[in-house]
Amino acid sequence: MTNNQLTWMIGGSQGTGVDSSALLFGRACTLGGLYGYGNREYYSNIKGEHSYFMVRVHQKIIHSPLSKPDLLATFDAETVIRHALSVNVDGGIIYNSELSNVKLTDIPTLEHRVLEDLVTYLDNNKLEHSVNGILEASRRNGVHIYAIPYGDLLKEAASTLGEPKLSNLTRMMNTMAVAASFGLLEFDLSVLDSAISRTFHGKSKIIQLNMTVGKSAYDYVKGKYASGFQYKLKKVQTEEKRVFLQGNQATALGKLVGGCRVQTYYPISPASDESDYLEANQILKINPRRLSDSSNVEKTTYLEKNGGSVLVLQTEDETAAITAAIGAALSGARSSTSTSGPGFCLMVEGMGWAGINEVPVVITYYQRGGPSTGMPTRQEQGDLRFALHAGQGEFPRIILASGDQRECFYDAVHSFNYAERYQLPVIHLIDKTLANSTATYPMFDLSGIRIDRGAITNGENLNNLSSGDKTYKRFLFTEDGISPRTLLGTKGGVFWNTGDEHDEYGHITEDPVVRVRMMDKRMKKLETIDHEVPIQERLTLHGNEESDVTIVSWGSPKGAIIDAMDALNDENIHVNFLQIRMINPLPSENIISVLSRAKKTIGIEMNYSAQLAGWIRESTGIAIDHHVVKYNGRPISQDEVCDSIKKLVKYDAPKRLVLTHGT
Amino acid sequence: MALKLTDLKTSVHNDWCPGCGDFGVLNAIQMSLAEMDLEPHRVAVFSGIGCSGKIPHYINTYGIHTLHGRVLPYAIGAKLADPSLEVIAAGGDGDGMGIGAGHMVNAGRRNVDICYIMFDNGVYGLTKGQASPTLSLGLKTKSLSGPNINEAINPITLAMASGYTFIARGYSYDVRQLKELIKKGINHRGSAFISILQPCPTYNDINTMEWHGGQDRKDPATGKAMPRVYRIEEKGYDPSIHSGDADELNKKMQEVNSLGNQLGDEIPIGLFYSNETIPTYEERVAERLPNYLKTPPAKQQVSGPSGEPVADISALLDNLCMT
Repeated sequence: MTNNQLTWMIGGSQGTGVDSSALLFGRACTLGGLYGYGNREYYSNIKGEHSYFMVRVHQKIIHSPLSKPDLLATFDAETVIRHALSVNVDGGIIYNSELSNVKLTDIPTLEHRVLEDLVTYLDNNKLEHSVNGILEASRRNGVHIYAIPYGDLLKEAASTLGEPKLSNLTRMMNTMAVAASFGLLEFDLSVLDSAISRTFHGKSKIIQLNMTVGKSAYDYVKGKYASGFQYKLKKVQTEEKRVFLQGNQATALGKLVGGCRVQTYYPISPASDESDYLEANQILKINPRRLSDSSNVEKTTYLEKNGGSVLVLQTEDETAAITAAIGAALSGARSSTSTSGPGFCLMVEGMGWAGINEVPVVITYYQRGGPSTGMPTRQEQGDLRFALHAGQGEFPRIILASGDQRECFYDAVHSFNYAERYQLPVIHLIDKTLANSTATYPMFDLSGIRIDRGAITNGENLNNLSSGDKTYKRFLFTEDGISPRTLLGTKGGVFWNTGDEHDEYGHITEDPVVRVRMMDKRMKKLETIDHEVPIQERLTLHGNEESDVTIVSWGSPKGAIIDAMDALNDENIHVNFLQIRMINPLPSENIISVLSRAKKTIGIEMNYSAQLAGWIRESTGIAIDHHVVKYNGRPISQDEVCDSIKKLVKYDAPKRLVLTHGT
Repeated sequence: MALKLTDLKTSVHNDWCPGCGDFGVLNAIQMSLAEMDLEPHRVAVFSGIGCSGKIPHYINTYGIHTLHGRVLPYAIGAKLADPSLEVIAAGGDGDGMGIGAGHMVNAGRRNVDICYIMFDNGVYGLTKGQASPTLSLGLKTKSLSGPNINEAINPITLAMASGYTFIARGYSYDVRQLKELIKKGINHRGSAFISILQPCPTYNDINTMEWHGGQDRKDPATGKAMPRVYRIEEKGYDPSIHSGDADELNKKMQEVNSLGNQLGDEIPIGLFYSNETIPTYEERVAERLPNYLKTPPAKQQVSGPSGEPVADISALLDNLCMT
């Protein structure tokens, strides 16, 4: 019997509610006191193509998917055909008994390669090319098959409710698949009911329908099959407050609390979910009691009465998105834009301009499969080098890479603080895995969040700034490279900006002496950042410092690595993990001190050429021993990390290992 | 205290060619700001790239010399973050009709309260005289190796189609009228588009000051030049939309298109179109965000003295909380 550890998968045609049912499953598990991690895989398509959602459930916090599901919940034929053969031994498949005879060739969305592989497999096993054949193959693999007459159950529920139209509502099959799973797992039906109420908040009719069909599927499966299934979920009592959210939401929430007041964007997968969330929540609740000077009653009342809001501006393209965000930043709003690789291509000229004019702007960069349009809805970390080097000439930029949803939240705040403190563009690197996966975390702690707006000057202190000069110099030469800035509209603070090289006032110059001083001033900021930013915001060493083996990675593979380290500990394999969070400026000295202690180093990245490893070698001279890379567009799973570490630790296998799991 | 013209000048050396039409535009902008008594810190002049792109450096206001073609999104971003700023955008014909045409069109449909001044000389001057998007088909200006192979874009009709609510054509050697147009454009509630015929004495040897002034066609009776440009207000033309109903708009649109297309021997200059019946983008935003005009994004206090955030996201987190 396996309690409270399960990998569950649901699939179906896009547009039929697969996401909703997976989120329902995840919410119910979280409500039942368990931790969930859900990963969504979908095509760049609106309706018809196959999508699936894997939800992993555990009693402890988890951050990554596993390669194979224990329980596959289906209500269409394609999901059975695509995923049945990947179900773990002793696992189960729930399927619609009315679809047994659907043939492989009846599914137009199966790629030729998938079809050919399946046909070969079925022929070798002398099985028919149908759902039945696939299910028989699974049965022979030791997987339990559970038939559910979805249509009959819907009809029954329809007559119970006196709603004859209900039997046509195939969307209800989603909830039924979730409920059937719960029946098999003997999980408390009441948590599903509360999850349904939460999901369809305020729509009492829909809630009732879902609960009714859910109960009928739950009872049917529990009575008929549950005793034979070895995986079970049990409610866990907990006092801990927990959130269940996606990376795009976590990032948006970080922006809201971090003071973002202008967000610009042009629609692009997988970045625009974040802007949509911001726009849906653009009116902010302001809590003036948070202000230390809340004794100023007039001000407090004013703030409370007028509130705050975020202007979300959808532009005509990404060039406009970044330049409008820069314009807004010049006026004084904390401004950001969100995009993915193709959009970032268009933003490069704007970012360079922000670099030479020292404008604080945040670019939230959701990486996806490249090059070009690549794989718009699939994962890859292929843009580290692009983010690092994009733009003509040289200018300082900060690149921050989050490793999980919680880091997305806090790094969104950090990004604005760095941008304003150091007056430069900050690229916050996220990827599709983080954007679209949903995970349970203990409620975020807001008490430590601080906003640092950097050196903004106005009014009376303007004249003292420029050592004897009567007029304000926007680009005053300073020791640390940072010149106090004014916001557009500040009296006495008039300045000029130009994409040309400029003097301290911001006027065009081609003078070689001023050029050198201005370049030095700008680039000096990288040193200032290197000295000032606390190391815990730049890298994290997970695990035992003394381990002989050190994994080096960045971004979303963090989840699979952390989970794998736990699993490997149980097998007495001990590794530590150096997670790089600030890609630029790279905390080279600390990296050197960690890597030089390790006997063996393993880089793990979701790209072809191990880009971070290359950047580390360039910056520190240290070559990482082994590269584990993945670029098939699917996320790295815990078991893939475990397997590769074992291979590399025990057998000193090849220098480069390519991971390929995923459907 | 009223502003003097000198208050709006900088000490930066002006490196435009002698006789450049840009000087007329620069003077007209400075005169407008002085007459409107707009203090330098209340104004931000944004510009694109090219000769005209240098204009902010010669004006003593906030001056933001941006990227080629991108002047409008910069200007719009700044204005929307702080609607109390007076925002002027300036750029060339290549900037607005070529590389930035997408921004120019999309700015029209937003109707942000800014004034966009487009310098139209038919050539890319700073790169030595290539044909710009406004040069007519078949014309061969000085540095072209052959006649222009492209049709011209008409800035006025494009502005009309794009939704600008104030559309004017000026002429850089009629500084008096231009100054009035710019003042009106700044005062206009919504996006104002002023296309300025502005001869390039170095590279456009066809549409010259003499050509605009009709030096090549003298009245046989008097022997005087018959200028091609004429002021439309002196012909009793009414540019205003009064009721905003569909019939009135259609009729006016036809008139404006017809005026815009007159670029031959009779070139009307002046205000062609002014429509304040359409809400500005800021007004549309304010309908969604009640605090917007009082505390726009740039004016919102986001943190307390110790940096503590003022935004309270606990309700949003509670929505995602599963306990």
